[in-house]
Amino acid sequence: MKLQSILSVTQLNMYVRSLLDGDENLTNVFVGGEIYNFSENARSGHLYMTLKDGNASVKAVMFAGNAAKLKFRIENGMSVIVRGRVSLYERDGAYQLYIDDIQPEGAGSLAIAFEQLKDKLAKMGFFDSGKKKKIPNFPTRVGVISSPTGAAVQDIINVISRRFPLAEIVFAGVPVQGEGTGEIIAHAVDDFNFLHCADVIIIARGGGSAEDLWEFNSEVLARAVYNSKIPVISGVGHETDFTICDFAADLRAPTPSAAAELAVPDAEKLSDYIGILKSKIDKSVNAKFLLEEMRLDKLADSGFLRNPEEFIDKHNRHITDLTESLKNAVNAVYESNYNKAAIIISKLDALSPLKILSRGFSVIKSNGKVVSSVNQVNPQDKVDICLSDGIVSAAVTQIKKGDINEYEL
Amino acid sequence: MNMNYEQSVKRLEEIVAKLEEGSLSLEESLKLYEEGTLLSEQCRKTLNEAKLKITNINEVAENG
Repeated sequence: MKLQSILSVTQLNMYVRSLLDGDENLTNVFVGGEIYNFSENARSGHLYMTLKDGNASVKAVMFAGNAAKLKFRIENGMSVIVRGRVSLYERDGAYQLYIDDIQPEGAGSLAIAFEQLKDKLAKMGFFDSGKKKKIPNFPTRVGVISSPTGAAVQDIINVISRRFPLAEIVFAGVPVQGEGTGEIIAHAVDDFNFLHCADVIIIARGGGSAEDLWEFNSEVLARAVYNSKIPVISGVGHETDFTICDFAADLRAPTPSAAAELAVPDAEKLSDYIGILKSKIDKSVNAKFLLEEMRLDKLADSGFLRNPEEFIDKHNRHITDLTESLKNAVNAVYESNYNKAAIIISKLDALSPLKILSRGFSVIKSNGKVVSSVNQVNPQDKVDICLSDGIVSAAVTQIKKGDINEYEL
Repeated sequence: MNMNYEQSVKRLEEIVAKLEEGSLSLEESLKLYEEGTLLSEQCRKTLNEAKLKITNINEVAENG
């Protein structure tokens, strides 16, 4: 761009600002210096200051959002390292630092290294909340990486044996400070993954100075924690100490004891829970029984089951009735046949020759044969006349053929 | 015990859900009730009698 025409001040400042904003080297800078002219806007919460060294100074502003995250109080004369971007304040035509974070210079180069590594790993997604693994509800084995002689491991053992003695602690003793410690701890994390011997890993160390905790800011350790298939809980230092390991872990605990509490459930609560489950099945089964009882009652209340005697009586009566009917039927048949027989017998009786004889008729026999025709006898023949009460022997005197109706009997 | 604690609790939860649904026959309910009672006793026993075991990772490595 060529600047041939006359610019307004506003245009000039806008242009210079765009140059500064467009410079990648100025978008994330670490600057060391001393704080001067510090002031805080009580209403907005923004912090204003000048940063200077022996030869130069630059104005700086830290907006309330970032200022609220500061862990310490800013004071004039304080040596600090700030991280931020450079831009132009157009009203004054002055360039200034827009501060994201301030570290006291006490931490020196370590603080810068910390901020830079944190920045780098954050950009690589190591701290993404979406990538955090879930801590299991019921870990069978809890891996603990800590100093074998430190208080941290004792705290963890105490907490876990009180809360969840079901678990087994698999302990990896490591040094927790001194050059190379970060790598040793990273190896321990890898070992747990290689051996599949833990459901959750606690990396723990008691409190100490920033330098003491320094190895927990190791990139190698951060990578091991990030790549671990087993969820990692970091419990390093005190509540106010933050390490890279804390950020890379799936869960940060303020202290080793807190890490142990986050790693395992509370057996007492579990026992209560089992009690609740048990009372639930008791209740369900009792309800079922009640229901079945009601069903039975309802059945028992009806018909046969309520009064079995009545049922039996009813059937007995029926059988008695049937027997009676059968008897009557048989009698009727018997009687009707008996009457028929009597009639027949009386008829037979009426037809008996003796009966006929008793009425005055007689039978004539000649030579033992019944005489039924005049042709069977001749005059002078001797015949027997059979009457109902005896026999008259007679002789034939005369034979007359013809119609007997002419004779009076 | 064939099941570990977590499996036992899961099974117990299943049993509760089935029983609470209430569509089972009395025989099935009783069978589940028996199983559930046994499981709850086992779980409590496990919790009450557990004693924290501490192993060194070197032993794990040596024993495979």
